[in-house]
Amino acid sequence: MEIALQNITKDYGSVRANDHVTMRVVPGSIHGLLGENGAGKSTLMKILSGYTPKTDGEIRIDRGIVEYESPAHAAGLGIGMLYQDPLDFPLLSVLENFKLGQSSSDMTALRIRLTDLCRRFGFTLDPDAPLASLTIGERQQLEILRLLEKGIRTLILDEPTTGISGTQKAALFSALKQLADEGRSVILVSHKLEDVEALCDRVTVLRGGKGAGEMDSPFDPDQLMTLMFGTRPKPPPRSAEAPGGPVLNFTSIHARGGRTGLKSCSVLIRENEVVGLAGLEGSGQGVFLRTAAGLIPPLSGEIHLKGQPMKRQNHHGFKRKGVNFLPSGRLEEGLIPGLTLAEHSALQNGGGFWVRWPGAIADAARRITNFRIKGEPNLSVESLSGGNQQRLLLSFLSENPTLLLLENPTRGLDVESANWVWEHLHRFCAKGAAIVFASSELDEILAQADRVMVFFNGAVIKDVRTQETDLRELGLAIAGRA
Amino acid sequence: MTEIDLTILFAGVVAGAAPIVMAALGETLTEKAGLINLSLDGSILLSAMAGFAAAYTTGSLVFGFMAGAMAGAMVAAVVGIFSIHLNRSQVAVGFVLTLMARDLAYFLGNPYARLHGPQVPSLPIPLLKEIPFFGPVFFNQSLPVYFSLLLIGFCWWYIYRTPAGLRLRAVGEHPKAAYARGIDPRRTQMLYTLAGGLLVGLAGATFSLSVKPGWGRPQGAEGTGWIALALVIFGGWDPIRAAAGAYLFAFLQVMGIYLQGWFPSVPAQVFQVAPFPLMIFTLLFMNLAQKERVVIWSEGRPWFRSMLKWLWGKAPTALGKPYAPE
Ligand SMILES: Nc1ncnc2c1ncn2[C@@H]1O[C@H](COP(=O)(O)OP(=O)(O)O)[C@@H](O)[C@H]1O
Ligand SMILES: [Mg+2]
Repeated sequence: MEIALQNITKDYGSVRANDHVTMRVVPGSIHGLLGENGAGKSTLMKILSGYTPKTDGEIRIDRGIVEYESPAHAAGLGIGMLYQDPLDFPLLSVLENFKLGQSSSDMTALRIRLTDLCRRFGFTLDPDAPLASLTIGERQQLEILRLLEKGIRTLILDEPTTGISGTQKAALFSALKQLADEGRSVILVSHKLEDVEALCDRVTVLRGGKGAGEMDSPFDPDQLMTLMFGTRPKPPPRSAEAPGGPVLNFTSIHARGGRTGLKSCSVLIRENEVVGLAGLEGSGQGVFLRTAAGLIPPLSGEIHLKGQPMKRQNHHGFKRKGVNFLPSGRLEEGLIPGLTLAEHSALQNGGGFWVRWPGAIADAARRITNFRIKGEPNLSVESLSGGNQQRLLLSFLSENPTLLLLENPTRGLDVESANWVWEHLHRFCAKGAAIVFASSELDEILAQADRVMVFFNGAVIKDVRTQETDLRELGLAIAGRA
Repeated sequence: MTEIDLTILFAGVVAGAAPIVMAALGETLTEKAGLINLSLDGSILLSAMAGFAAAYTTGSLVFGFMAGAMAGAMVAAVVGIFSIHLNRSQVAVGFVLTLMARDLAYFLGNPYARLHGPQVPSLPIPLLKEIPFFGPVFFNQSLPVYFSLLLIGFCWWYIYRTPAGLRLRAVGEHPKAAYARGIDPRRTQMLYTLAGGLLVGLAGATFSLSVKPGWGRPQGAEGTGWIALALVIFGGWDPIRAAAGAYLFAFLQVMGIYLQGWFPSVPAQVFQVAPFPLMIFTLLFMNLAQKERVVIWSEGRPWFRSMLKWLWGKAPTALGKPYAPE
């Protein structure tokens, strides 16, 4: 079947996730959809699979325009998708997962079908095992078989190689090739160059919600990188002070959390250092920051702060040592929605039997002036713009922090606010603090950090000084090629 | 010390547990779909009142049970509409309804208080009732009791063996995934909220027409709704284990009466209240079974492990979380 997406546009409120994207998939081909995080790949594919309604544009199947009502409708037309966040049922059995959505309700027949399909693709799945006991790779295999049984002729896979082992990846790729040989089309969504190179006949690259270009195999990686990230001028290196004594010392830390956890991480961060954490979202940066903030207790390994062991200390213990953490969810983890600026001041200053309102209001007013926040003491925090919320959070950092942990400190801020935030942060650094920040903007890391650590699948796969690296090298490392 | 006649004791347990079984199974169905109907306690009273009033007025037990079922389904419909379609908090709506339904029952039921109304006759099953012990315990009962017994097996079969039951579990597990497979999560949730309410209503009518016949204030069914809610958790969202819990609770209650006779020096309240903390203790224990450390500790302690395994039950993953379509 031939699929043509024409001028697909999708708005989530004010965010335009897809902006007039056009893409054509030839029958029997493996088509890649490449782009960095947030480029709009998942959105486009959810539209094609009927999961999300589009704002504008046309979907044509075999030259006829189709309108979807639901994923079941798209499946009826022969399009099926493996979602980035798996849409399966961990507490149900393999066979039950296989059955759900199938028109047949004959369990015995379905069991035989499943066994047959497994044999055809060389998968081993126990029909009676609970799905939760399977690995991510096996769950994918089951989803593929289920969609095949449903009769789909175009299979979409959204980031299928994240979180699966090398052997499973090989099994997956050979199954996908087999499908293409049978005349079905496969759309492979990935941010990893290696996946696209290994498998795809043609690739569409998205950047910032727009189609950045298309290429046929064999691909030139440099050209693909340029399509993915654009050509951005390298910022001038920042003149930094020499790093001082040790601040944060991780010795083979293992921790759980996020999609990947944190694996065997050993790092030394010194005074005056600004360290940028790069990587796809959820590759371990968040776990790293939360472990360093004492929010996630490590499973094994040791943390030293300024040379002192931090075993059995919680977040408050870390805070007393001067560790400050600013999470990226400003309203989810940082501020308390519904409370006003003055109430936040009162909370911060704490103590006593009653709130001293005049003091709290004066304190809030002081923060507003000092941090140039556009707002009033008795305004609730969610009415502030993102930039002003960030300024307010910065105003609550302690005066002389030893370690600042920041998650996407300038996300959603305009350039002027972002610059202001960084100016402010570098002032802490000059006083001897160390700053560790995660950012999905490589430009920001190259401009603001002295050193960059690239996370991939829960591990640090690259740790270099920013002067000694560039956009392209970091982009490759992010895609798992250190 | 009074002799215990085990046959009478267990026949009493089976009969007394009947409405609790119905309510717990109804709530299990609803919660399997991911929705909590917290209004059970008030719902049971309202349907007990409606059932008694209808049976008294019409003289027909069938109408009585129908009225009870309708009352239960109507309260459930309110919970369903507010939480599924209007996105209100299930817990808040359910809780308010509990109180409202209870007061409404007392208010509307006032004219029927302490009247002598129709009562479900006992209906021994020929031949089967002759079986020693099992005969009198299971087959010398009334229709609602037979219904409660059959319902256990039916619910289990329906939930775990039919395509509709599979869809029900799918919605409670992961409504978005269910949607991606062509199931309408909201319709499914509404359907099982109503079905659950219907069973809760039958439980209420069983109280006022059979187990604690008549209407009054208190009726005697007060508190059962909360126990049924706890039993769903106790049963690990499994109908058979929820029913087992209902029998355990009924057994503890009956034993309380016996123990009171044996130890007259102990205040009667101790035996009346004891089943409740015992249930809570069991719940605590069940929670333990899900703690990683406890599981690790239980390795190499087979008896403890098998006990944990039996107690292990997991709530439907999406329980209590409203489903919002894209
Ligand atoms: N359900 C949603 N609501 C609001 N914004 C969304 C939603 N899904 C995606 N977005 C936004 O759309 C953009 C593209 O996201 P996505 O398609 O997931 O990118 P990709 O898959 O390429 O990483 C992002 O800015 C993201 O924040
Ligand atoms: Mg994506």
